[in-house]
Amino acid sequence: MSYLLKRIAFYIFTAWAAITINFFVPRLIPGDPVQALISKERGQLNADAVHSLYVLFGLDKQQPLWQQYLDYWGQLLHGDLGLSFTFFPSPVSEVISSSLPWTLALVGITTVCSFLLGTGLGVLAGWRRGSWVDLVLPVTTFLSSVPYFWFGLIMIELLAGPDSIFPSSGGYDPGVTPGWDIDFIGSAVQHSLLPALTILISSMSGWILSMRNMMVTVSSEDYITVAHAKGLSDRRVMLGYAARNALLPNVSGFALSLGLIVGGTLLVEIVFSYPGVGFQLFQAVGAKDYPLMQGIFLIITLSVLAANFIADLAYLVLDPRTRKEG
Amino acid sequence: MIEPLIEIKSLNVDYGLGDEAVHAVRDVTLTLHRGEVLGLAGESGSGKSTLAYGMTRLLPPPGVVAGGEVIYHDPERGPYDVLSLTNSELREFRWAETSIVFQGAMNSLNPVHRIGSQLTDAIKAHDPRGSRQAREARARELLNLVGIPGDRMESYPHQLSGGMRQRVMIGMALALEPKVVIMDEPTTALDVVMQRQILGELVQLRERLGFSVLFITHDLSLLVEFSDRIAIMYGGRIVEQAPAKQIYTDSLHPYSAGLLGSFPALRGPKRELTGIPGSPPDLRAMPTGCAFHPRCPKSFEPCAQEIPVLGVPDAPGGSDRTVACWLHPVR
Amino acid sequence: MAISTVDLQAAAGEAAPSPRPAKRQKFRFISNGKTLAGLIILGFYVLLAIFGPILSPYDPDARGSDLISPPTSAHWFGTTHLGQDIFSQVLSGARGVVYVGLLAGVVATVLAVIIGVSSGYLANSGGEALSALSNVFLVIPALPLIIIVASILPSVSNTVIGLVIGLTSWAWGARVLRAQTLSLRGRDYVDAAKATGESTWRIIFFELLPNLTAVIASGFVGTVIFAVLSEITLAFIGVSDPTDWNWGTILFWAQSQQALAQGAWWWFVPAGLAIAILGTALSLLNFGIDEIVNPRLRSAGRIKGKTVRMRIGFTPVLGKDNR
Repeated sequence: MSYLLKRIAFYIFTAWAAITINFFVPRLIPGDPVQALISKERGQLNADAVHSLYVLFGLDKQQPLWQQYLDYWGQLLHGDLGLSFTFFPSPVSEVISSSLPWTLALVGITTVCSFLLGTGLGVLAGWRRGSWVDLVLPVTTFLSSVPYFWFGLIMIELLAGPDSIFPSSGGYDPGVTPGWDIDFIGSAVQHSLLPALTILISSMSGWILSMRNMMVTVSSEDYITVAHAKGLSDRRVMLGYAARNALLPNVSGFALSLGLIVGGTLLVEIVFSYPGVGFQLFQAVGAKDYPLMQGIFLIITLSVLAANFIADLAYLVLDPRTRKEG
Repeated sequence: MIEPLIEIKSLNVDYGLGDEAVHAVRDVTLTLHRGEVLGLAGESGSGKSTLAYGMTRLLPPPGVVAGGEVIYHDPERGPYDVLSLTNSELREFRWAETSIVFQGAMNSLNPVHRIGSQLTDAIKAHDPRGSRQAREARARELLNLVGIPGDRMESYPHQLSGGMRQRVMIGMALALEPKVVIMDEPTTALDVVMQRQILGELVQLRERLGFSVLFITHDLSLLVEFSDRIAIMYGGRIVEQAPAKQIYTDSLHPYSAGLLGSFPALRGPKRELTGIPGSPPDLRAMPTGCAFHPRCPKSFEPCAQEIPVLGVPDAPGGSDRTVACWLHPVR
Repeated sequence: MAISTVDLQAAAGEAAPSPRPAKRQKFRFISNGKTLAGLIILGFYVLLAIFGPILSPYDPDARGSDLISPPTSAHWFGTTHLGQDIFSQVLSGARGVVYVGLLAGVVATVLAVIIGVSSGYLANSGGEALSALSNVFLVIPALPLIIIVASILPSVSNTVIGLVIGLTSWAWGARVLRAQTLSLRGRDYVDAAKATGESTWRIIFFELLPNLTAVIASGFVGTVIFAVLSEITLAFIGVSDPTDWNWGTILFWAQSQQALAQGAWWWFVPAGLAIAILGTALSLLNFGIDEIVNPRLRSAGRIKGKTVRMRIGFTPVLGKDNR
C-alpha cells in the first residue's frame, strides 16, 4: 500500500502546485489586463463579484502576499472561480460545469479507446516485425506528427457535408432539447462521431509506435527465450509473455503523457464547435476572459490528475512487483 | 556400448549475413551420448553458448544457423535432423525432448506471472487435454523435486531468492521428462556454496531420472568434478574433447592446459597457477592457422599457417578422445 | 505525439539499454536511413526558414483582387479572403516556426540537462526535490498552461512564445535524463573517476554527459516537435506574434473565415502538410537515434537481395525451409 500512499501524496502535492501556479501567474505578469475589464464591466458588477475578482487576480495590492494567498484558497474552497466575462454574468464554475460533461465524454472515452486500440495494434506490429505490418509504420509516423485540430479540418472536408451522416459542428442537433432521452443521446452520439474519430486516429498512432518498440525491446528478454524454448504457442508467448510485460511501461507512459495528450485533443473541439471545455477555452482566449481561462486550467489539471491516479491503479493491478509483498 | 543421443555435425553459426557475417561457431562436430554429462568449456566469446542456442534455434537476431545438422536419436521415432523441423514440429520437440536451464536466473522467469502458471503453461502446451488438477499436481511435484515447498506456486519471481529461482528453472526443465537438459552457466550468478549445493542435487536428479546433460560453463573446475566428458572450445571450434579425468590429468591441447592452470588443484599434489596470457581472439579478425597460436607457449611453424584438424591423436590414452593441435598429429 | 522507447523505459523507471561508449557511435547515425531522410528534410526546412521570406513572390500581407481563388499559376496555393497569396504566407511562415521550435528546444533541453542530470547524480534530498519538481511539471497539462501564460502576457513575440514553451516543457526530458544518469552513476568508470578524486563537475561533464548524448539529442528533437505543434496551436487559437506569419496564423484565418464551408481547401491544406512533414522528419530523426541507442530495434537483414526473416525464438537456418 505504501506505493499507493506515495502516489496519493504526489497528486495532492501536484494539485497544490497547480493551484499555486494559477495564483502566481497573473501576479507575476506586469500590467493589469484584468483591471481594465473589471472597470469596463463595473456598472453591472455587484460589490461581491468585484471583490472576488480582486482576490483571484491580486489587484488588492494593499494586502500582503500571504494574506492574498489565503483569501484565494478560501474562495476556491467555496467553489468561487469568479465571473466569466464571455458568459456574463454567469460564474465561471457554472460555465465550466455545463461544458465539462461533454469533454469528459468525448476526450475521456476516445483517449482510453485510442490507448487500447493503439496498444493492441502495436503488439501485432512489434511481434510480426519484418512482415507487411511494418508498412503501417510510415503512415502512423505521419499521423502522429499532424496537429490534431488540422486533422479535424481534413476529416470535416472529407467526411462531412450536406449528404453525410456526420454533422460537422455542434454537440447535438439544434432541434432537440437536452435531456436524458433517446433523441438527445442519439443526436449527441452522432455529433461526437467525427471529433471522436479525429482524436482516435491521430492519437492512436503514438501508442502503436511506442507499443511496437516496447514489444521489440521486450522480445529479447531472457524470459521470452525461455517461453520459446518451452515450446509454448506463438499466441501464448506473444500475449502472456511479451505483450503482458511490454504493457507495463506503456501504461506508465500513458499516465505520464496524459497531460500532453489532453492538451492537444481538447483543441479538436474548436474545429467542431463542440460545446466542451476546449472550445470554451478558445472562446475565452478570444475574449480575453481571464477568470474563465484560469478556471478551465484548474479543472483540466484536476481531471488529468484524477485520470493519472486511475492509470496508477491500473498499473498496480498489472505489476505484481508494486503490490504488497506476500 | 553407449548410444548417441544428439549428434551435432559440422554446425556453423553466424551473427549477421553475407559479407558482414561473424562466424561464431565453426564446423563443430560433437556427440552427446545417452545418460552422460558432457561439459563444454571455454572463455567468454569462445562460442559455447552460441553453439547451444544455435543447435536449438533459439539464438536471437542477428544469429543465423549457416549450415550443418543436429541429429536427434529419438527412441520412438528414430533419428531426425532438428534443424530441418518446421516451426510447429520444433515447438513440439522443444522441452519435451530437450529443455534448457538458462544463464542468469534473474531474468529467466516472467516477472508478471506466478511460478505455478509458468510451470503449468509448459505442460499445457504439450498436453492440452490434461486436466488442470493434474498439471498443478505435477508442478507441485516438480517444486518438491528441487527442494521448494509447494506453496511457492502462488509466489511471483521477485519474491524468491536467486537460488530458489534457479531451482524453479531446473524443476521447470524437468517438467516433461526430457532426454536432454542443456545447462548454460546455470549457477554462475549464484554464490559458491549455493552453486555446489544445486549441482549436487542435479547429479542426484540425473541418476534418478536418467537424462543427459550438456553442461556449458567457463569454469573448468566444475566440469572436472561433475561431468563425464569434456569438450573445450576456442575461437568457435572444439580444440579438445576427452573423458573428464583425462582432461584433468593429461590434457593434450595447450589451451586446455592453460585453462586447467587457472584454478587450484582439486585434490592431490599442488599445481602452479599460471593462467593464459593475452585475450580471446576477436571473432571478426581471427588469427590465421590455429586460432590459439598467438597465445600459445608451444606454437611452432605450422601453427600460424594451417588450421589443425580435430581427430584422434596418435598418443597414449585410448581412442575415445580427440584434439586439434599440430603438437599431436592425428592418427 | 510519438514517444521514443528510450523515453518510455526511462519514464517507467527502468534503465534503457546502456548506450555504448560515446566514441564508437560517432557518425554512425549518418548511415541510418531514417536519420538521413529526417536530416535531409530538416535541412530543407532550415533553408526555407533562411530564404523563405526572400523567395516569396508576394508580400504575405499584401491584399489582391483575386479573393479566395483556387491555386493558379499566379498564386500556386491560391488566395485568402483578402486576396493575400497563401504560397507567400507559407514561405514566410517557415522562419517563425523553425525559430520558435529551436529556441524552445534549446531552452527546454538546457533546463532538462541541468535538472535531470543533477537530480540523478545528487543522491540527496536536493535531487529528490528536483525530481518531484519535474514530475509535477510533467503531469500538469502543458498546453493549457502555455495558452494561459501566453495570453495573459501584454505582448507576444516569437521569442516570448519560444521562451514560454521552453520553460514549461522541459520535464519529460529531465525525467528521462534522470533515469539514465541514475543507471550510469553506478557504473565502474564513474566509480573509478570518483576514486581518483575527480571533481563532481568534471565527472558530470567528462564521464556522464558524453554517454548521455543520444538521450539528450532524442529529448531535444522530441521537444522541438512539441514546441512546433504548441506554437502552431497557439497561433491557431489567436495567440501569436502579430507582426509575423506562421502556419498556425494561416490556419487561424482559414478557420475564422469559414474556409471549409467555402470549399477553400487550399487555404488550410498546404500549411498543415508543411507542419506534418516537418513533424515526420523530426520523428524519423528520433527513430534513428532510438535505433542507435537500442540496437534491438534495427530491422531485418538482407542477403543477396533476398530477406532472411529474423524471428525471435526461431533462428533462421540458411538453405532450409522451416515454415
